[in-house]
Amino acid sequence: MPASRVNTSEITDRPQRAGSAGAHIARLAFFAALLAGLAVLSLAIGSRQMSVHSIMLALWDPQESIEKALVLESRLPRALLAILAGAALGVAGLLSQSMTRNPLAEPGILGVNAGASLAIVIAVGFLGIQEYNHYIFFAFAGALLTAALVYLIGRPQRGAMDPSRLVLSGVAMGAIFSGLGTALSLVRPEAFDQLRAWTVGDLQGRNSGIVVPLLVCTVIGILIAASSARSLDALALGEDSARGLGIDIRRTRVLVLVAITLLAAAATSAVGAIGFLGLMAPHAARRVAGASTGWIMAYTALIAPSILLLADVLGRVLLPSELPAGVVCAAIGAPLLVAIARGRKPVAL
Amino acid sequence: MSAVETAKPRRQRRKLRARGLAVLVALACAVITVLAISGGEYDISPWRVVQILFGGGQGLESTIVWDWRMPRALAALLFGAALALSGLVFQSLTRNPLGSPDIIGLSTGAYSGALIAITIFGGGFAATTAGALAGGLLTALIVYLLAWRNGTHGFRLILVGIGISSVLASFNQYMVLRADLDTAMSAAVWGAGTLNGVSWSGVLPVGAVVLVIAAVLLYCARPLQLLQMGDDLAASLGLNTERAKLLLIVLAVALTSAVTALIGPVAFVALVSPQLARRILGSSGMNLVPTALFGAFLLSFGDLLAQRLFAPVQLPVGVVTVCLGGIYLIYLLNRGTRKAGA
Repeated sequence: MPASRVNTSEITDRPQRAGSAGAHIARLAFFAALLAGLAVLSLAIGSRQMSVHSIMLALWDPQESIEKALVLESRLPRALLAILAGAALGVAGLLSQSMTRNPLAEPGILGVNAGASLAIVIAVGFLGIQEYNHYIFFAFAGALLTAALVYLIGRPQRGAMDPSRLVLSGVAMGAIFSGLGTALSLVRPEAFDQLRAWTVGDLQGRNSGIVVPLLVCTVIGILIAASSARSLDALALGEDSARGLGIDIRRTRVLVLVAITLLAAAATSAVGAIGFLGLMAPHAARRVAGASTGWIMAYTALIAPSILLLADVLGRVLLPSELPAGVVCAAIGAPLLVAIARGRKPVAL
Repeated sequence: MSAVETAKPRRQRRKLRARGLAVLVALACAVITVLAISGGEYDISPWRVVQILFGGGQGLESTIVWDWRMPRALAALLFGAALALSGLVFQSLTRNPLGSPDIIGLSTGAYSGALIAITIFGGGFAATTAGALAGGLLTALIVYLLAWRNGTHGFRLILVGIGISSVLASFNQYMVLRADLDTAMSAAVWGAGTLNGVSWSGVLPVGAVVLVIAAVLLYCARPLQLLQMGDDLAASLGLNTERAKLLLIVLAVALTSAVTALIGPVAFVALVSPQLARRILGSSGMNLVPTALFGAFLLSFGDLLAQRLFAPVQLPVGVVTVCLGGIYLIYLLNRGTRKAGA
């Protein structure tokens, strides 16, 4: 990276446009309202349009109805899935970027995507598991195992952990596993068939049973992430300064790694490889949040799910047939990223 | 004075060692080529291959060697070298060890073009090649134009490249998803990068392009070396940096897109070869020739493995180069080289 670390005041265009906590909370409230609005839209829009009133009725009215079944069994889980996976991917992306101090890092940096897809190929092609809601757990296990392997290979030799070793080992394992996955999937057409559907990234047809595990992983991951925000801020100043501030660098990095793994593995196996969301949402958040990791994290956790929800809703209405959320997500996110890149100063970390 | 005197023999020794290693890699390429030509459904002994290559042999064996297997072997050598060179140019321009033409969306764009040709127009070899060429070049142009703002900034180029290629990547995934399974799988084989079905009619024109551009690049070694030191320094040494950068980008893009159009986006050769050359030779300068040799070695070795590992199933060579690249990175890590990249 050119100028891998820029003076923090240069990160935003307008210097410290809003430093006070009050201004942050006001803007966070705006983004939260946006997210809530999108969630309502996501409940209302579909093959059967529903008014806000009938959604409310369906949610709280004890009487059984078609609307109630539709909202509770199909649309509500789908909206929750989008919110949880979006938040998880966004925060995982932010953590990856702050830990490696590389603005191009994304949640898949620990080889999670490649591990999950290899596991899917093995489960479908060689163990004969065809049902999405079954092999999803293989994907999760594959992602966790890969991250553990990446950590073992890139683990500290002596002293503090060097993130660049981890990145390299993540790239390496990601490459090997994706090569193996592709090779095996080309031998087993049925695995290829499932893999191509998973890779795109979609929220359609997911079993509502995965909402709870995803919720648990996301909450734990975000709690760990939030607790290390201050240490990450200190680490951004350099290892020596962080040590001087009394930060346990190694503990911080291990915690952050655990959080990234948990968040990325859960979200990726649930909705597919939408790593791009995790790459760009923190960049957008940094635009409004300034330099503090904690605030950036709060914004990211609201902006990323908003983008995913919007993508899901748009995917339902743009074409007669549904567009996968992953595709729409890239189509929304990319212009945003290009605009950020073309901004007055290139975003740096 | 004395420092100069001690430095000189050391530099000479290093140069000699580099030359020796380069010759060794070239020899390895030759051995792999002979092995690649000798094996297959109809076995020809390596010794017989050498004889035929040097003019002996007639009839079936000569046809097999020259018309069937030689184009593929030659393609592996030439195209590997081409990918490696364009990787070197991009890594020098962005001053990022992870730089490669992929970062400006070339591979993804080429895949998009090929996918459109395959899935919508049901294209054969020629249509796929044309589609890939158009897709790759168009993408590179769009990325370059979008990243242009009073000059190209390496980081902006990368960021815009990521944005554009992620859109194209998800478009590609969508196309693969919508196509019927057989079409999708043959597209995926192309998308992984494969030398299957390469013949003289493809290798000759692309090979000619590659050779010409490689010659121009050798001629451009100096501006490249200056740019590697940073834009400002290069400019103060009298280089018209924007023009030099544009020229180098055009050359590197032309190299990659010509190769990618024919054999698909082969991963990792462009990324790893310059690093390999630099690490093994231990010099940080412009290792144009060693880099090209390592690229040729990687692709031909990868293709040999791709043909034989699961024979009769022919893997796409890109799958093998990806794994080789990954293994190489892990080796680097375990050797304890800390500043290896990223």
